[in-house]
Amino acid sequence: MAGSAVLALEDGSLFTGVAIGAQGSSSGEVVFNTSMSGYQEILTDPSYAKQIVTLTYPHIGNTGTNEEDNESKQVWASGLVIRDLPLLASNWRNEQSLDEFLQARNVIAIAEIDTRRLTRLLRDKGALNGCLLSGAALEAGGEAEALRLAKEFPGLKGMDLAREVSVKDSYTWQGGVWDLESGYKVESDNRFKVVAYDFGVKNNILRMLVDRDCEVTVVPAETPAAEVLAMKPHGIFLSNGPGDPEPCDYAIEAIAEFLKQGIPLFGICLGCQLMALACGAKTVKMSLGHHGANHPVQNLKDGTVLITSQNHGFAVDETTLPENLAATHKSLFDGSLQGIERTDIPAFGFQGHPEASPGPHDVAPLFDHFIDLMANQS
Amino acid sequence: MPRRNDIKSVLIIGAGPIVIGQACEFDYSGAQACQALKEEGLRVILVNSNPATIMTDPVMADATYIEPINWRMVEKIIAKEKPDAILPTMGGQTALNCALDLNRHGVLEKYNVELIGANCEAIDKAEDRELFDQAMQKIGLETPQHGIAHNMEQAYEALEKVGFPCIIRPSFTMGGTGGGIAYNKEEFDEVCQRGLALSPTSELLIDESLIGWKEYELEVVRDKNDNCIIVCAIENFDAMGVHTGDSITVAPAQTLTDKEYQILRNASLAVLREIGVETGGSNVQFGISPENGRLVIIEMNPRVSRSSALASKATGFPIARVAAKLAIGFTLDELRNEITGGATPASFEPSIDYVVTKIPRFTFEKFPEANDRLTTQMKSVGEVMAIGRTFQESLNKALRGLEVGMCGFDPVLNLKLSDAKAILTRELTEPGAERIWYVADAFRAGWPLDTVHDLTGIDNWFLVQIEDLIKDEKMLAEKTLQDIDKDMMRKLKRKGFSDKRMSQILEVPELSVQHKRHELGVRPVYKRVDTCAAEFVSSTAYMYSTYEEECEAAPSDRDKIMVLGGGPNRIGQGIEFDYCCVHAALAMREDGYETIMVNCNPETVSTDYNISDRLYFEPLTFEDVIEVVQLEKPKGVIVQFGGQTPLNLVKRLEEAGVPVIGTSPDAIDRAEDRERFQQLIEKLGLKQPPNSTVRSVEESIEAAQKITYPLVVRPSYVLGGRAMEIVYNEEELDRYMHDAVKVSNESPVLLDYFLSAAIEIDVDLVCDGEQVVVGAIMQHIEQAGIHSGDSACSLPPYNLPMDVQDEIRKQVSALALELGVIGLMNTQLAYQDGKIYIIEVNPRASRTVPFVSKCIGRSLAKVAARCMVGTTLKEQGFTKEIIPKTFAVKEAIFPFNKFPGVDPILGPEMKSTGEVMGVGVTFAEAYAKAQMGAGETFEIKGNAFLSVRDADKPHIAEVAEKLLGLGYSIVATHGTAAVIEEAGLEVMGVNKVAEGRPHIVDMLKNDEIQLIVNTTEGKQAISDSSIIRRTALLHDVFCTTTVAGALAVCEALAFGGNMSVYTIQDLHAALN
Repeated sequence: MAGSAVLALEDGSLFTGVAIGAQGSSSGEVVFNTSMSGYQEILTDPSYAKQIVTLTYPHIGNTGTNEEDNESKQVWASGLVIRDLPLLASNWRNEQSLDEFLQARNVIAIAEIDTRRLTRLLRDKGALNGCLLSGAALEAGGEAEALRLAKEFPGLKGMDLAREVSVKDSYTWQGGVWDLESGYKVESDNRFKVVAYDFGVKNNILRMLVDRDCEVTVVPAETPAAEVLAMKPHGIFLSNGPGDPEPCDYAIEAIAEFLKQGIPLFGICLGCQLMALACGAKTVKMSLGHHGANHPVQNLKDGTVLITSQNHGFAVDETTLPENLAATHKSLFDGSLQGIERTDIPAFGFQGHPEASPGPHDVAPLFDHFIDLMANQS
Repeated sequence: MPRRNDIKSVLIIGAGPIVIGQACEFDYSGAQACQALKEEGLRVILVNSNPATIMTDPVMADATYIEPINWRMVEKIIAKEKPDAILPTMGGQTALNCALDLNRHGVLEKYNVELIGANCEAIDKAEDRELFDQAMQKIGLETPQHGIAHNMEQAYEALEKVGFPCIIRPSFTMGGTGGGIAYNKEEFDEVCQRGLALSPTSELLIDESLIGWKEYELEVVRDKNDNCIIVCAIENFDAMGVHTGDSITVAPAQTLTDKEYQILRNASLAVLREIGVETGGSNVQFGISPENGRLVIIEMNPRVSRSSALASKATGFPIARVAAKLAIGFTLDELRNEITGGATPASFEPSIDYVVTKIPRFTFEKFPEANDRLTTQMKSVGEVMAIGRTFQESLNKALRGLEVGMCGFDPVLNLKLSDAKAILTRELTEPGAERIWYVADAFRAGWPLDTVHDLTGIDNWFLVQIEDLIKDEKMLAEKTLQDIDKDMMRKLKRKGFSDKRMSQILEVPELSVQHKRHELGVRPVYKRVDTCAAEFVSSTAYMYSTYEEECEAAPSDRDKIMVLGGGPNRIGQGIEFDYCCVHAALAMREDGYETIMVNCNPETVSTDYNISDRLYFEPLTFEDVIEVVQLEKPKGVIVQFGGQTPLNLVKRLEEAGVPVIGTSPDAIDRAEDRERFQQLIEKLGLKQPPNSTVRSVEESIEAAQKITYPLVVRPSYVLGGRAMEIVYNEEELDRYMHDAVKVSNESPVLLDYFLSAAIEIDVDLVCDGEQVVVGAIMQHIEQAGIHSGDSACSLPPYNLPMDVQDEIRKQVSALALELGVIGLMNTQLAYQDGKIYIIEVNPRASRTVPFVSKCIGRSLAKVAARCMVGTTLKEQGFTKEIIPKTFAVKEAIFPFNKFPGVDPILGPEMKSTGEVMGVGVTFAEAYAKAQMGAGETFEIKGNAFLSVRDADKPHIAEVAEKLLGLGYSIVATHGTAAVIEEAGLEVMGVNKVAEGRPHIVDMLKNDEIQLIVNTTEGKQAISDSSIIRRTALLHDVFCTTTVAGALAVCEALAFGGNMSVYTIQDLHAALN
């Protein structure tokens, strides 16, 4: 019989449920994601560092977990909140149940709570700091302890998490995208040399680059521009990542240098925001962030609609775009800026997740655009 | 880029009558399409032969033609209306086929009309298996190994390729009619031959069997700029091998990882693009190997479908409405989702935070001779949908919403039987309508998960949850009600256990469980269906119950009227009742009430978002309804429009203090309780056939001797003539009583003297308690003894004397006033030898209300709803019966072609699934159109075959003479031939089957018979002659089983094919 667990929020809200995964205590910013598939990818997405993620679909764990679906080497989320952990996992690729997966990675999680109530709360109040407590820690401290820890958590505002989740040493990435028959491809033609800044990069980004004949070198977030330029890359990629873009001055500085050099540049999510900041635009914290795999985005050039995976609480403020930075995409939900492009040099960024994983593949052609930019340069 | 300016008028083709595979989901989509185009200022022209639809309401289109849907009639409409475009994607296979025919016969070109939504090339590519296969190959998608055959030789070639077992499907038939699975050569021959005969193109697709594979459906919407979204992914609970319409299905997909789901998503989009569906909704079906994820495309439909209706209700995304807008040139980015009050854009892929379960509803009990195993040919007649926060909860809600007498996982098998194991094995491997309950029984018997999985092919993810529920039942069985604490109660309710199921297990009354639950403070909350899993704020008023912490219902303090719907469609209770519920809700809203709809049928218009102010998608059980009532506190609850479903709840609702409005439950009881009804008839000095109410076999034999045979026998309190029969002697009565007492439990059985060859009459009226206005008098074509729902009828009567009609008016008015009816009342009467008999009175909405409303230009349901809230008929300005000068004929539609082997004879038990209406200046024109709308084709040459029972022999010469006059030669069985010969008419005798060969069936098989009149009575005679009717059905020969029907057909044939088309708007204008 599973023990109980509580989720406490800084506003005093309490949710009592059942402990799953590892037991203990974990604090973080509580956020949600409405994607109905891809819980393993979400848990291993570095953008969720220091966040306790609530999944709105009630049954999480249906397909178990497997080696192939990890988006990084570890679980980054500080905790998982779900409505129901299924009695068994059923899928031909299943290797380990979600419960075991969480335990093995020491991830604290809670099930059997009204996740819709929690989501509505987070939607109305914005992300709240919270604490998950279970097992001996809960027995010892009780709900009061959970509330205290929730209030004590400093929050992510101004927190430079990219530095924390980034690799410490650079490395060369191997492996293309997943395929039903052959799993992950390994061969690549290495036509383009791409340096990818890791602010919390998801593996699928690197795979999609390799698939398009790139030789990808992943570098730590704080790598100075000169070091990267010395590698003579055909293009530079700025990854997604957690937290507020503004404190990442080291990255903004490096990007400004790349822009000056006119090297093809492609930024995703946090990478896109950093590029905008480097161009002189401003970013803002959104009142309602985007957290799902179903968001329509319009390509402003041809009017087409793309369904995209989204996970961001900050956005580039369209009114602050300098003359040489044009809007290329906007959200059809709230009109917020979703894509930018330099009019003078080959640099662009996208706020959503073209690498999907999880989510629809509609925006994948942006990777082709990056390749085209590099091909045009050489 | 808003809508196209070159389209000013659009013709929408409806789906016609309700049949298996094509039900009221097309009224739902068609009604949405009409509204969507009308609000854009387009002139909307509509053709649909089905009068029971909301879409054929005069306000829905500018010109509404309730006319047969075939290319000849539609050409007449096109010639008259000159539409710029035709939208063929809203009316199912019927509309697509009609559009293809219009093209084939050059009509589209001649009148320069464009098909919008899907063009002929796309329809062909999707529907023609060969073209589809090529298209899929082109985009690198696999289809099952298969062959195509146009004759048996080619069929054997295909068999070489695919091997046994294989799946055989005829092309261009709806719901997979005529298809099946063959495990051996004998079955293969049978299914292939039937399929070749049924396919309009004599084409079969013979597929490799994917039995046991997982099955998925994706609902896709595409616009002209190639923007595509997936509205919903549906996973079948039943593995491949059972038609998706007959499968239990679940949304969203449960057992796919994101990577696998995205493969399906990409493939669906590629399919739409390759097939060339320019705009609108389509569905794509996939099979996936549970072993390795291998993916094959099963089929795609380039139109809205049953699944898209389900997907719309499951997600809160109105597919048909959006598809209609896209068809006239809008793009997805220009549209908002109206269900969420525009909070989400139409280009948003819905994310749901609940689980939806659909369970099909079958009616094999109506067709005892039918093969009741589920295969690739659809057999269900309706469905229930339920929403819960977990699969267990939604499954349990769906099981009790199905209204088949189950309140959850009730046991269906006595596990103590010696052959229990054999029965379970068969029921698990060869699924029937109740497989899911046998699955539970297998767990009850302790069978391991893997065994059940191996036998059923159902994914373990689903099975383990059923196993878990059975474990809970066992745990509960050890307890008493007192033992149950709040935690346990909450845990069980969160898994969807109904109070009733718990009460059965605990062996206490249901109300005790409810009482205990309320005492413990365990009450449902209501969550909203908002398409976005609460990511955004929306004003959606579409709700479902669950056991969670937060309730989002936020009831208002306005004056509210609640309408209880009819639940899943079944034979005897279908779209007609939904029509009434919709009208009641619309009327109440027009009068300023907040309206609340409670229903659980996803196909219907009543569960559309804009019909009521608030929609509770809930099972129509006492428990579920009372919880909504106690939350919303409506001023009145309307129960008389949803058929028997809500009426069955009346007594308990009243006892619980629910303000049921309209005719009092006591009045309903007075009409339904035979003894009280008899007193009523006597009090008013009216006549009814001699009758008796009996409670045992002995009582029945005794009573029958007094009344004399033949007798109509039936259990009390049923709808649709369930288990109703005519018995001609004591032996038959004795057999019936043993069966009937079983079906009716403790309820008594009713015996009525059967008035043979009487004219049957239906009257619908509305009463405010003070005044009565007759809606219409309808004369049945078939004589008394055929269930009124199965009989064709004429409005106004076509040969019933005026003074008789006036007397009928007097009698029904007296009845209504005496009963104190407030709302609708339907009366069935018989007229024989100058006497009027009251057969039955139903103080509620009847199946004919929509038909009558279409004929008289007033919505009886709206008038009745207003009476219920106290607006008198006088105040409503409806004080006088409206009698049309034109004729309208309603004809019933039967599902016999789905059930090979079933005798297509009509009787007192209702068997029809739908109806069509024909309108004409004369009865003959109207009847001819009704037959045409029913899909009957007549060849006026060759032989007409007559064989009638003795009672009909005096009238058969008249029929023979008319048929001869039309140009037929007459063939008759010897007894009938003698009568015809005596009348001096030319006739050829033919053997009955028992009389030696060659006999009549040989002639039928040789296509030597073009029309059949075959009347018969008595169990034995019926069974002897059944082969004639079954063969006729197989050879598509028109067969009438009554002399009255034969005479009407003669009139129709004499009228010929020169029909005019009329709009309902013009017909209504002529009434004033």
